[in-house]
Amino acid sequence: MSDQRPLLEVSDLIKHYPVRAGVLRRAVGTVHAVDGVSFSLARGETLGLVGESGCGKSTVARSVLRLVEPTSGQIRIDGTDISGLSKAALRPFRRSMQIVFQDPFASLNPRMTAGDIVGEPLAVHGLATGKEKQERVAKLFQQVGLRPDHMRNYPHQFSGGQRQRICIARALALQPRLIVCDEPVSALDVSIQAQVINLLIDLQRDHGFSYLFIAHDLAVVSHISHRVAVMYLGRIVEIADKAELFQNPRHPYTQALLASVPLANPKMKRLTPLVDGDVPSPVNPPSGCAFHTHCRYAMDRCKVERPALREAAAGHQVACLLNEGTGRTLALP
Amino acid sequence: MAAIDFESELRRAGARATGSWGKLAFLARRHLLGAVGLAIMALFVLTALFADLIGRYDPLTVDAAHALARPSWQHWMGTDSFGRDVWSRIIHGSRISLAVGLGSTALGATFGVIIGLASGYLSGWVDLVFQRVTDILQALPLLVLALVMTAALGPSLPNVIIAIAIPLVPIVARVIRANTLALREQPFVEAAKSIGMSEMRIALRHVLPNTLAPLIVLATAQLGSTILTEASLSFLGLGIPEPYPSWGRMLSESAAEYVRVAPWLVIFPGIAISLAVFGTNLFGDALRDILDPRQRG
Repeated sequence: MSDQRPLLEVSDLIKHYPVRAGVLRRAVGTVHAVDGVSFSLARGETLGLVGESGCGKSTVARSVLRLVEPTSGQIRIDGTDISGLSKAALRPFRRSMQIVFQDPFASLNPRMTAGDIVGEPLAVHGLATGKEKQERVAKLFQQVGLRPDHMRNYPHQFSGGQRQRICIARALALQPRLIVCDEPVSALDVSIQAQVINLLIDLQRDHGFSYLFIAHDLAVVSHISHRVAVMYLGRIVEIADKAELFQNPRHPYTQALLASVPLANPKMKRLTPLVDGDVPSPVNPPSGCAFHTHCRYAMDRCKVERPALREAAAGHQVACLLNEGTGRTLALP
Repeated sequence: MAAIDFESELRRAGARATGSWGKLAFLARRHLLGAVGLAIMALFVLTALFADLIGRYDPLTVDAAHALARPSWQHWMGTDSFGRDVWSRIIHGSRISLAVGLGSTALGATFGVIIGLASGYLSGWVDLVFQRVTDILQALPLLVLALVMTAALGPSLPNVIIAIAIPLVPIVARVIRANTLALREQPFVEAAKSIGMSEMRIALRHVLPNTLAPLIVLATAQLGSTILTEASLSFLGLGIPEPYPSWGRMLSESAAEYVRVAPWLVIFPGIAISLAVFGTNLFGDALRDILDPRQRG
């Protein structure tokens, strides 16, 4: 983290999907999948992005890599905005950012050997061919804890954890500076989850790249992240250092999220869940603060005024009107 | 997902064999009818390859003295109204059926794959145009379409192959398009994009290989129907021109006039057509069971 300039800067990222209906497939509405998301990620840092299903985490991940085209907003890698680049111009930037997906079964082409899958990025960017490629792939296999003789095997011959290791090796092949992990362990057994998380942490220590780590499991996120951002209905509602966020959550939604974490000790007093009912639809998000329909502190202002992310304490940003000007801070009930 | 996990299918079925011949033998035992179909197809191919050796007479030589001879040791399947040996004509006819079957299936599949892949992968207006064209093609019955095509192109072997291939294109294109649409959303395709692969390379390297299993199944299933279409076209007088021995034409030239006096002229070509179609269908069914378990009916 010697360089002060952030590796990745996302500002005002918006991704809207049209809802089409009828014979003419006319757009009848808009899904506000990502609705103005801004964050930055430093070199060697891990930013955890949490939120429930459908809150737009994965869309953020895919937009950062330009796997989906953002509706508007900027995505800067090392200061260069890649959001408007053509496919050809984008290609060199592809080397610096890679992704690991949630489903290790669907992430690997069933018709290719593990060695070919991991070697493909090298071939595409013309970095290595023939014997040199084989050697580099073998080294990548060792780095992720697989035996080089696994290279000849096909994806179906591996377990879920091993497949995810192959995905990680493929992501590592181009020596990226940013790896986006889209729920990389949610599809794995708990015992395997820990192994894969530790592998990711070790790799980061050795190579110094940054992670944008998306998950819905707070325990996993707290283990790997340096900072955590909480998303709700396409917006980031709170972002802070891990310890700060978990000890001193300021947004009512974050508080509710933390209160809902299952406790390992059944004798420990459970915090009352603060939210019930369904999350509002992103097709028609509530006006003002998107969370006001579920918020126990909601005021009239919350229905009309959309709170911006504001610095509530050093390195701790919250998008909540309660933290603005009133001087009042929320404590866990 | 279209991907077929061949090895694990084998293991699930309880195969212990390791060598490829052992696996083949195992599959043959499990899919007995399929093995029969394969044997018939092999017989069919061998007949076409060695027609000159197996056919005892020249299929085109006219011998008026022995016209309409009954099946005998000399003429195993009798002779037709021109005195041509029916056995030899059926043996040589297999070449035409095979050429038309393989040729039109390959031609139809090639164009079907190109259109299906482009349609499914590029989507947008390309897809819209291709899909409406295939809709129109599919609205016409296969045989009628082939009839119109041969009538327009004129009867010759290449034209018959083209005429039969054209109606196949939309059938193949539909299947490939559907598979491509599903595959396009797979994370391994997204991963290929994030690597920086070109769209063309992704389509050829990641999408196409995963549509092969359904394609092979479909092509085998269609092989029988192309052979049948050729026979029907020739029966209607629009297929392979005289004097080449096509099974369909052999039927048509004898059916009306000689069916009472010389039934062997109808029976033997009929058996040949049925056997060839039966064989390919049995094999196609078994292949579908092995390669594409989801389609199992």
